[in-house]
Amino acid sequence: MSRNGGTLQAAAEATEVGNPAVNIGIFAAFVAVTLVIVFRASKNNRTAADYYAGGRSFTGPQNGTAIAGDYLSAASFLGIAGAIAVNGYDGFMYSIGFLVAWLVALLLVAELLRNTGKFTMADVLSFRLKQRPVRMAAALATLAVVFFYLLAQMAGAGGLVALLLGISSAAGQSLVVAVVGALMILYVLVGGMKGTTWVQIIKAVLLIAGAAVMTVWVLAKFGFNLSDVMQGAVDRFGEGGEALIEPGKQYGASALTKLNFLSLALALVLGTAGLPHVLMRFYTVPTAKEARRSVVWAIWLIGIFYLFTLVLGYGAGALVGADTILAAPGGVNSAAPLLAFALGGEILLGIIAAVAFATILAVVAGLTITAAASFAHDIYASVLKHGEVNPDGEVRVARITVVVIGILAIVGGIFAQGQNIAFLVALAFAVAASANLPTILYSLFWKKFNTTGALWSMYGGLISCIVLIALSPVVSGKVGPDGASLSMIKDTSVDFSVFPLENPGIVSIPLAFLLGWIGTQLGRRDESPEKFAEMEVRSLTGAGSEKAVLHH
Amino acid sequence: MSELAHPPDAETDYERVQRSPEFQALRRRFRSFVFPMTALFLAWYLLYVLLAAYAPEFMGTRISGNITIGLVIGLGQFVSTFVITMVYARWANTHQDPIADELRQQIEGRDL
Repeated sequence: MSRNGGTLQAAAEATEVGNPAVNIGIFAAFVAVTLVIVFRASKNNRTAADYYAGGRSFTGPQNGTAIAGDYLSAASFLGIAGAIAVNGYDGFMYSIGFLVAWLVALLLVAELLRNTGKFTMADVLSFRLKQRPVRMAAALATLAVVFFYLLAQMAGAGGLVALLLGISSAAGQSLVVAVVGALMILYVLVGGMKGTTWVQIIKAVLLIAGAAVMTVWVLAKFGFNLSDVMQGAVDRFGEGGEALIEPGKQYGASALTKLNFLSLALALVLGTAGLPHVLMRFYTVPTAKEARRSVVWAIWLIGIFYLFTLVLGYGAGALVGADTILAAPGGVNSAAPLLAFALGGEILLGIIAAVAFATILAVVAGLTITAAASFAHDIYASVLKHGEVNPDGEVRVARITVVVIGILAIVGGIFAQGQNIAFLVALAFAVAASANLPTILYSLFWKKFNTTGALWSMYGGLISCIVLIALSPVVSGKVGPDGASLSMIKDTSVDFSVFPLENPGIVSIPLAFLLGWIGTQLGRRDESPEKFAEMEVRSLTGAGSEKAVLHH
Repeated sequence: MSELAHPPDAETDYERVQRSPEFQALRRRFRSFVFPMTALFLAWYLLYVLLAAYAPEFMGTRISGNITIGLVIGLGQFVSTFVITMVYARWANTHQDPIADELRQQIEGRDL
């Protein structure tokens, strides 16, 4: 272990001080290239359909790649590879939930949503129900999901900086968060959905190509035998390394941790098809058939990427070692960058670091345009102005919202530095699965579903998620074996964690489905056979659906 | 929209199409494909999750080298996802799209 360990120790230190110039240089090149493309794409940003939906003129493969770029966040890349390196098989289980979830979107949601809606999730939910209350609820759920997700990404950016650029001071990290936020505002303001989509496409190609190169590299070192890669991780781990190849290292400790895992698994598999920024991507293609092609492409790209992370995770365990990863600044998240350094030195590390930043930038841009569309299209135009607003005015409000959200994200990201943020992503999925998905499915498939049912389900899902999280150990009362607090509130004497699970999904998702059903039974019947016929025929045939914008 | 061409209490084009046997068949075929398929993949996923949580010894059984039953079933989730995706896309392209397009033209043609 001595010589090898010494080199790796040097690697961990090298990334701390590292060669920031290489990392920053490669990232700057990415920013320069994407900015040129965003400015070129923005020439045709004339109408609301241009700004929110990229003129609905992307092809299925383009949009599928962009979806992969939107979905494979830093949590997917750095988080899962790190979780596999440190916790072995349990890390792999995350990626399965994230992938299988796409079948819900493919079979039940994508095409029908594309055919019925215009710009936002609320377009579909309010199609045959009372416009204003339903839009308001859907917009609030959208904003909640985006807020939690955005905060996690921005806080993650700060952590990455510590690792990759060697900036460990709080002021330095805040500065980087501000730069990321400002760049994102620029992209979304200028490029709209078209620019955002191109950023996501470029990022997805870079990310998947980078992961592919590293995967082949790792496999080549072990004679292209996955079992040998795993053996390497087991040997490198030392005592107890065998636990890496079977389930239970992270979640198998007690009955409670197992239930926690079930709850998380449920939120992951049902959350994806309710994520508003994913749903909005289906409007960027001209037809439902292209929406279907998008999801097919996305599933292949995302699935192949997760297979890469399996190799990368065990590869990092074997070539870098779990102890070195945990000791590095950035902890678990540093597995993939440290592996890149171990394989290809400074240059590969620089590329992977730049890709990781591009990842955060692209995801944050996608979230922001979703929130802006939801606020301007649903809350401002429909709820406040009763639909009497011209599309230009609506887009102007959307652009202002982009700036406001960008600033909020920067401020939130600065305050969230160093916080335990992993639960924010899990929370975003839980809110999406409980507040959004039940109402989406009911309104697409259940004729009797009414406004009361929609409101009960959406508010019930949203509120139960947030309350249960507030009362859970992630906020207060979780103490580590060393006596230090593992919760958001660091004072260990404060403990109001009445709800024992860290993910509310197993309670809030069934509750939201149930509330939708009860609300529909008790509420006033308001279904209109005419509207239902229009929605159903439209959803399955595409008749009367929004057409692509033609630029001459 | 097409309804405007009709007196207010008359049946809309959408309602007429909704009642038509072609649309009813389209809808029936769609639902009898996607609902059982959804039940199938959710049950398969749930089985995997429950096995991973409550039968770790079984999942940790080695088949060859470090390749365990858990890894094979996990990779099986990838395979089943890819297979369902391709089967659905092919089915929808060949069986549903031509009929959906025809009904769509019936409705949109009247607007012209």
